[in-house]
Amino acid sequence: MSDTRLAVAKTYKLYIGGKFPRSESGRSYPVNDTRGRFLANVAHASRKDVRDAVVAARKAFPGWSGATAYNRGQVLFRVAEVMEGRREQFVADVRAAEGVQQRRAETLVDAAIDRWVYYAGWTDKLSAVLGAANPVAGPYFSFTVPEPTGVVGVFAPQKSSLLGLVSVLAPVLATGCTAVVVTSADRPLPAVTLAEVLATSDVPGGVVNLLTGRAEELAPWLASHADVNALDLTGVEPSARGELARTAADTVKRLVRVPDQEPDWIATPGLERLRPYLEDKTVWHPMGV
Amino acid sequence: MALFDYAPAPENRDIANLKAHYRPFIGGEFVDGNGEPLKTINPANGEVLAEVSTVDGSDIDRAVQAARTAYEKTWRRMPGSERAKYLFRLARLIQERARELAVLETLDNGKPIKESRDVDIPTAAAHFFYHAGWADKLSYAGYGPDPQPLGVAGQVIPWNFPLLMLAWKIAPALACGNTVVLKPAETTPLTALVFGELCQQAGLPPGVVNIVPGAGDVGAALVGHAGVDKVAFTGSTEVGKIIQRQLAGTGKKMTMELGGKAANIVFDDAPLDQAVEGIVNGIFFNQGHVCCAGSRLLVQESIADELLEKLRYRVSTLRLGDPLDKNTDVGAINSAEQLAKIRDLVASGEAEGAERWTSPCPLPEKGFFFAPTVFSGVQASMRIAREEIFGPVLSVLTFRTPQEAVTKANNTPYGLSAGIWTEKGSRILWMTSQLRAGVVWANTFNRFDPTAPFGGYQESGFGREGGRAGLEAYLDV
Repeated sequence: MSDTRLAVAKTYKLYIGGKFPRSESGRSYPVNDTRGRFLANVAHASRKDVRDAVVAARKAFPGWSGATAYNRGQVLFRVAEVMEGRREQFVADVRAAEGVQQRRAETLVDAAIDRWVYYAGWTDKLSAVLGAANPVAGPYFSFTVPEPTGVVGVFAPQKSSLLGLVSVLAPVLATGCTAVVVTSADRPLPAVTLAEVLATSDVPGGVVNLLTGRAEELAPWLASHADVNALDLTGVEPSARGELARTAADTVKRLVRVPDQEPDWIATPGLERLRPYLEDKTVWHPMGV
Repeated sequence: MALFDYAPAPENRDIANLKAHYRPFIGGEFVDGNGEPLKTINPANGEVLAEVSTVDGSDIDRAVQAARTAYEKTWRRMPGSERAKYLFRLARLIQERARELAVLETLDNGKPIKESRDVDIPTAAAHFFYHAGWADKLSYAGYGPDPQPLGVAGQVIPWNFPLLMLAWKIAPALACGNTVVLKPAETTPLTALVFGELCQQAGLPPGVVNIVPGAGDVGAALVGHAGVDKVAFTGSTEVGKIIQRQLAGTGKKMTMELGGKAANIVFDDAPLDQAVEGIVNGIFFNQGHVCCAGSRLLVQESIADELLEKLRYRVSTLRLGDPLDKNTDVGAINSAEQLAKIRDLVASGEAEGAERWTSPCPLPEKGFFFAPTVFSGVQASMRIAREEIFGPVLSVLTFRTPQEAVTKANNTPYGLSAGIWTEKGSRILWMTSQLRAGVVWANTFNRFDPTAPFGGYQESGFGREGGRAGLEAYLDV
């Protein structure tokens, strides 16, 4: 191998329904590192791409939500395993995207991998922690179980390109929901690498759909889409969230509570990103001979 | 009439990677024990499988000390999220070596390969996987904001599900931050010692898991050891009582998973073919070496004759023989001692006037085998209705009303499990509320899952294994 070998540059594309298409719009936009050096052109997702992604997510929902919690946990753990194998690539991606030092990038990538492990462990415990046998005052057996709400529209954080993305995506999957994710606009490359991991980690196609593009452009379409059940507006400007929330009210979407300022995502989360994606179902049955 | 003859389909015994010698696993190393070595045999043909070095009191001292050191210096201080990753590794290692472990388990225990392959080993892996997820979520388990581990757990397990019982013991203990010294059963030590290898492959800190093979005296020394903070025992009610008495007044936390004499209750509206499958699974699964086996069949009188006829036909089609054959339904009785106990109780059933029917299946010439047997006309006073047989022997009684079924089902000092067969959901739920048993299966039997707590009422023991409830056993709460 000579020193003059030219590296093969990768084309960064969307991830919809388990495939890697370009934007149907044919649009792309350049992505630079934090010093302004060109990294790549990425697909610039359109309204139509959003709609295709929602269709794919809805199609994947019965299978994913119907899988056993044990199975979902193993799949999420598999994502962590495959990410670990690509650790160096993620570290390089995060360094380029966020302009952080090597040590910091390693910390962020390790935390992102561990976050999958954390949520892998939640899949088969949510019912025990959030469900209940209800001691109703009558001859009935009554119990309440949490069930996934459906398709979730996620606007990933704009700053934290990988750890933030995993922190908002993994809980959606842990509950059994499927996701349409709009990545960070200016730092989308780690998300595309993550899509390659998801595609090779036993995550069924369509369970996660990743769109690179502009949150402000795509948000109205996800917020108004009748087949989206919940929204996470983390990656949307705080000033735009009120209008989107009003739009989402037309179809009674569940909205995740998000802080105005993006956190650093290092702290171990609790149930705050699991509960919004769960519906409680209460079942009654008479008891008697 | 058999419709098909089955060609032999033996699993390859070389897959077990059987070694001539096995040694105790103490402080992260395999070491020579100072106890009298034992020979573990294949109960299907009586051949010696391997020689196993056993431990004496000084070895137990070392193992408990290794566990104490690991507890104080590493394990209890480690963040739960890191402990979790060790447990995930152990789960994956069991999955990776599942076939080897299944064949080894079948060789050492005598259970059919399809059971070790499809139940024991995958469920053991699932137990580690499930508990791994709890290690960093204990504050959500309902025992307060920051529940603490107990320390060193001394654990004694039986021979009926060797690796699975190990998983039931070790996974929750480690997830909660404890370290363990575990004694496998005298007749089935091999998979537990291979588990020591898995601990090495996982890079588990030395001393977190220690495996000390030996007989009952080793178990007694372990549970009575002053350095042990928590005792978990699965085995007979007889030995459980001895341990509970031995530890009385020491303040050590105990969990006891003991014997059972489960009632499997069939109502006249039950789908009979499905019920027959459940009855067969309930009592002949694992040769009836199951503490929660459905060993007392309670049938509503109006369908008793019809059900018995179907049952006898179905049992006569069970294939008994070489446990390594993938077609085998009923394998070998684990030991000569257990076979003698089964024969003694069956003789008592005949002597006390119950009607014996035994499957006409041929028995292998070598090894310990007992043909599936069904006693009808059983009275509640007979030994076969009261005592745990722990073998492929079913006692059939009848009832007329649901209330009578409840009374008969609860007429036992045990209380581990029960089964109900009826199409009527409201009756299932009423029955479950009346039965004094820790697990009740409705229109199914012998289901186990790491998320579902398991354990008994009354003399079937106390404490639960699995689920959120199972964590309590290993937390200082």
